[in-house]
Amino acid sequence: MSHVDNLRVNLRVKRGAAGDTLRFETYDVPFEPGQSVLDALRWVRAQVDPTLAIRYSCINANACKECMMRVDGKTVYACLAKLEAREMVVEPLPNKPLVRDLVTEVAPSDEELYRR
Amino acid sequence: MHLTTDVLVIGAGGAGMYAALEAARHGADVLLIDRSLIGRGGATVMAQMTVAAAVGGECPDHWQHHLVDTLRAGRGLCDPALARVICEDGLECILEMDAWGVGWARKEGRFTQVMAPGHDRPRCVYVDFLNTGPAVSRTLRTQLIRTPGSIRRVGDLLVTGLETQGGECVGATALHLSTGELVTIGAAATVMATGGLTRLYRRNSASANMGGDGYSLALRAGAALLDMEFVQFFPIGHLAPRMIGMDPIMWDPFRYKLGGRLLNGNREEFVQNYGAAVSDKYIVTRDLATYAITKEVEAGRGSPNGGAYLSFEHLSAEVLREAFGPVIDRIANNGIDLTKMSIEVAPIAHYHMGGIQVDAQMRTTLARLFAAGEAVGGANGANRLSGNAITEALAFGRRAGRYAAQDALASAALRWDGARRDAHWYTQGPSRLDFNPAQMLVELQALMSDEVGPFRTEAGLQRALHRLTAMRAQVGEVPPQGTGGLDCIRIDWFDLFQMLLVAELVTRAALLRTESRGAHQREDFPGLDESWRLNQVVNMEGSKLSFERHMVPASVPIPDATELV
Repeated sequence: MSHVDNLRVNLRVKRGAAGDTLRFETYDVPFEPGQSVLDALRWVRAQVDPTLAIRYSCINANACKECMMRVDGKTVYACLAKLEAREMVVEPLPNKPLVRDLVTEVAPSDEELYRR
Repeated sequence: MHLTTDVLVIGAGGAGMYAALEAARHGADVLLIDRSLIGRGGATVMAQMTVAAAVGGECPDHWQHHLVDTLRAGRGLCDPALARVICEDGLECILEMDAWGVGWARKEGRFTQVMAPGHDRPRCVYVDFLNTGPAVSRTLRTQLIRTPGSIRRVGDLLVTGLETQGGECVGATALHLSTGELVTIGAAATVMATGGLTRLYRRNSASANMGGDGYSLALRAGAALLDMEFVQFFPIGHLAPRMIGMDPIMWDPFRYKLGGRLLNGNREEFVQNYGAAVSDKYIVTRDLATYAITKEVEAGRGSPNGGAYLSFEHLSAEVLREAFGPVIDRIANNGIDLTKMSIEVAPIAHYHMGGIQVDAQMRTTLARLFAAGEAVGGANGANRLSGNAITEALAFGRRAGRYAAQDALASAALRWDGARRDAHWYTQGPSRLDFNPAQMLVELQALMSDEVGPFRTEAGLQRALHRLTAMRAQVGEVPPQGTGGLDCIRIDWFDLFQMLLVAELVTRAALLRTESRGAHQREDFPGLDESWRLNQVVNMEGSKLSFERHMVPASVPIPDATELV
């Protein structure tokens, strides 16, 4: 897969841990047709900032259901959200307890260590 | 926090969930943990289709026929007693899953079974459409929830070490990912059901959890592993065009149901040039297809992205729709019309035949530690038969749960009280790393794919070993200090700590085995060498690895299969 010349994604990611003042950070990501938002977030961790917190296990199969987040205001699985060569805004789920950055508590409460 | 239980099950895929159910049925209190969500994080949930079991839906069958095929596929290295558990117990598990409502496909009341490569008859049950793994996971999780009281399920726990006392496994330490807290767990018996190691490779078909941590944890605690050189590559993993929301092994079911044509870059059939019969049926074995595709690419006859074409263009839209229903729409959403274009496929790391050494009761060589599923080595020898992975997960899980419960309920069973001898290990590390661990994981995957893939040479394996040694030195032996919940740097460090050891085991075992057999192909030692009909067993003392060659366990008596119905 080749990079399409000069096409970039401007990824605006809401960051911070529970209790912090949340902030947006912007990442300039090369665009490859057919990629997902999760691919771009994984690229950011490997190439720019490994502290960015994301959670996934199946990567591409939409089986694990762990990568649920908000992209441009809509709740999506990041592995299913198509990456586009423009500004994209990525945020944690607003209705779940925030853990850090794009990770929220999504497990059923009876499968958590500390039951809510 | 300190937790205590009779039986600790690590990993909540098919093997772990079945183990938990069976241990509870035998009277044990069970703690089932996973680093991801329960029932969603392992390989089971990603299974697309085939599950081998001699249920005789299409034609008469017997588990002993299945055993003959399993042993033949294993190229002389299977432990026959373990292979027998897959075929005999697996059959019972498949029927129990049916009673639990998994929904195996049926026609007129009989199981529908497909013919998979290496089987002598149609033997693989499945759940439509491409829904086998999710259905198996959901069914087992429902049973866990229905088992009152005695099974506790906790996700988000990454096990970082097993605890031993007096040569017995007495529990584990885990990092609670969402808080960063260390959790100690005292257990009278522990079942390792953490799956395989395919995350070591760049292109793989399993989840990001499958970095081989169970192998590393077991080895470091004193259990033996075997046959670590045998990584199965699935020949026709999706390569291009890029698709989202689809598992890369999805074309396997297409071939089961529809055949399809495998073509090189010149759009010619080619597997016949490597000794396989050309057929509109899907019969070429995984190791041969992987070899044929790789050699075509090397000869300059690959598809544009470095694989082969897979074509269903000769089929009508109606035929595709009948076989795969809504999956056709998901493919169309990715801009692909299978009646008008071929897709590209290439080998992809899929499964690990090697793993933790166990006996037929799933006992490892470390007392009170059991293993189940892909974490186990030896059952599938040098090459796993299609369809045996889910069957073994269920069958091994059930056995491990039963015998772990039996051991745990014995009166003398110790449980760790959580008092740490190595507390400093978790707190004395550097406050930050001087390298990007996410980048190193990418580098590790590239290195293993390039040098320790399906085709190996001494020079390439030595290059890999050299680089792995340097990477292990950079990662060090002490984790960085934590910074709270979902600390990805610390999580990556633990993953690298385990994965780099496992990568070294695969590489060293591959260097030692100077022959080509099944999934292990040495280009400098072509052909099977009968004197290498041996298992390679590895142990670790301190930081020292020792490899030994063991005779393959003797065959179990099998009646003449032709006399069976």
